[in-house]
Amino acid sequence: MSAAIELRAVTKSFGNTEIIRGVDLAIPQGERHAIIGPNGAGKSTLFNLISGRYPLSRGDILLNGVSVSGLKPFEINRKGLSRSFQITNIFQRMSVFENVRCAVLWSLGYKYSFWHRLGGLKDANLQAEAVMESIGLKARRDTPAGVLSYAEQRALEIGITIAGGANVILLDEPTAGMSRTETADAVELIRKVTQGKTLIMVEHDMGVIFDIADKISVLVYGEVIASDIPANIRGNKAVQEAYLGTESH
Amino acid sequence: MTRLKYSPLNLGRWLVWGGTALLMIVLPLILTAGFTLTLLSQIGIGIIFALSYNMLLGQGGMLSFGHAVYSGLGAYFTVHALNLISKGSFYFPVTLVPLVGGLAGIVFGVIFGYVTTKKSGTTFAMISLGIGEMVAACSLMFPGFFGGEGGVTTNRVIGQPFLGITYGPSIQVYYLIVGWALVCMVAMFAWTQTPLGRMANAVRDNPERAEFVGYDTHMVRFLTLVIAGFFAGIAGGLNCLNYEIVTAENVGALRSAGVLIATFIGGAGFFFGPVIGSIVFFTMVTAVGAVTKAWAFYLGLMFLLIVLYAPGGFASLIAMHVPVIKARLMRRLWLPYAATVATGTVLLIGLISLVEITYHYSLEAETAPEMKLFSFAFKVTDGAPWAIAAGLLVGGFIISRFAWNAVGRAWGEIVHILQDRAAA
Ligand SMILES: Nc1ncnc2c1ncn2[C@@H]1O[C@H](COP(=O)(O)OP(=O)(O)OP(=O)(O)O)[C@@H](O)[C@H]1O
Ligand SMILES: [Mg+2]
Repeated sequence: MSAAIELRAVTKSFGNTEIIRGVDLAIPQGERHAIIGPNGAGKSTLFNLISGRYPLSRGDILLNGVSVSGLKPFEINRKGLSRSFQITNIFQRMSVFENVRCAVLWSLGYKYSFWHRLGGLKDANLQAEAVMESIGLKARRDTPAGVLSYAEQRALEIGITIAGGANVILLDEPTAGMSRTETADAVELIRKVTQGKTLIMVEHDMGVIFDIADKISVLVYGEVIASDIPANIRGNKAVQEAYLGTESH
Repeated sequence: MTRLKYSPLNLGRWLVWGGTALLMIVLPLILTAGFTLTLLSQIGIGIIFALSYNMLLGQGGMLSFGHAVYSGLGAYFTVHALNLISKGSFYFPVTLVPLVGGLAGIVFGVIFGYVTTKKSGTTFAMISLGIGEMVAACSLMFPGFFGGEGGVTTNRVIGQPFLGITYGPSIQVYYLIVGWALVCMVAMFAWTQTPLGRMANAVRDNPERAEFVGYDTHMVRFLTLVIAGFFAGIAGGLNCLNYEIVTAENVGALRSAGVLIATFIGGAGFFFGPVIGSIVFFTMVTAVGAVTKAWAFYLGLMFLLIVLYAPGGFASLIAMHVPVIKARLMRRLWLPYAATVATGTVLLIGLISLVEITYHYSLEAETAPEMKLFSFAFKVTDGAPWAIAAGLLVGGFIISRFAWNAVGRAWGEIVHILQDRAAA
């Protein structure tokens, strides 16, 4: 079976600066893969390349064995890849329910329909309710997303990402800025909603990473310097110097 | 979840829709002023046009400066269709002839919309302006189709009367307009409750995220514009039937600006906003226009005040009272409101007097210095009327400040009470 995601010599420059410098990475189906690295290493940029937000400078990206480089974000999403954002990116003026329902419409085949009544779409409404239930926002169903608390907005961010049932999920720092208990809840949530899916997650919290990840890749200055199971990453000298070392004391 | 509940909201919705329909039907029977039917017909067509405009502005977040292109071209195609029908080239019932306009709206929506909707924001606004100018220029370049300066005339009375309906008398055309207006209103409201309608809101609020849940924002905007073009075209078709003439004005920038103003005054954030806006707008144009040359000045002033102090339009002013009514707190507002109306009236009389006297002075001071205002007769060359008007304006301004402050205090208290109750 082909890898869920495969990056081949992926390179990205902004102007003259090369931010991603020849990344090769293959993530098999169903793996939970964490990407770590210091600030500015290019982790979010890598997500932006995979999800089609930015075009590649060089290289190729394959989703389930098929090249997706050059495709628009919505085309990649329709092929079963969905992402969340480091900076919360939701429909602020819409209710929680509407946010989630917007995220399920395409995958259920309603597309640009103006001949279906939203209220009558049983499948879409049930799926949206189920997603709200799983992200713990059922009680906030009719609250405008813009007035939710920070942790609630982060949960909604994940909810929108997983609502459409994508098989490859990219989460960019899902627990950043959360308290200890909120983080624990978020870890539970992530584990639950990505059951049986391929997960790629950028994270700074080592506890979360060692808790969730099957495998870890370390990105430093746009290059993957190590990609291994958590136990080996912990003992990797280069990684400790480049990244973990700064946090261990 | 999907079954109709008789909650106050649904009841309210029925009342609003039923009330609107009833008013449209009975108003011409009650009001008998000479211009009533003209005004009501304009409002009916204006409602369709403004609601279609609001699919772009309010629902889709697209600020268009060229929406008259779609209604205007719809009107031109309707006028030519009517002329062909009356020549016997083909048969089509006059009742349905606005559909020709709608079809033209769709076709030009497809042609112009594809480029216009690639981007939103300023780019969209500028391109819509450019297309508006282009089409207006075409109206002079192709006199065969656009009829040059004089426009294209037609006759809406075609064939045998059906059940006594000839569409000769204006009242019959009025009820045709009402019928179309109600159908279009329901259809456009229904559109807001569809996947495309909801995604138009999503694209308005956060186009980037919409792309990451599978939607091509360009396509959402494009389809929205084509559908808006359809309804605008119907409005144009009705305009053609109503006036039996279509001129270049129909595609002009003034029309495009008018529908923007009407929609904004009414409130782009609410479905019924453009309905209210059309009523206010055409009342200013036609009813106020019938009594004073300064109507455009008053309309402009009102637009300015709304943009500055109530950017959500009249609909938002109404909507902000709903929670107050529900909480039974309106009694706190009546007195300050009454004071505001009373003092505001003084201010308004002062303002109107000054404007009217100025207009009369600058236009007719030499030939006919006498004028009549609020049933007082005087000469604009005298000093006294000016002084009184200025006095009313300044005095009204000062006393209305007090009333206005009282309104502010009452609202402050109400917000406080509502917050306390919400917290409890
Ligand atoms: N659109 C852009 N244009 C120019 N430079 C960019 C752009 N996006 C990112 N960069 C630069 O690329 C580098 C990597 O940024 P990126 O956001 O990918 O880092 P990161 O690893 O996600 O960091 P953090 O941990 O702080 O989120 C930074 O130096 C950033 O300034
Ligand atoms: Mg980042």
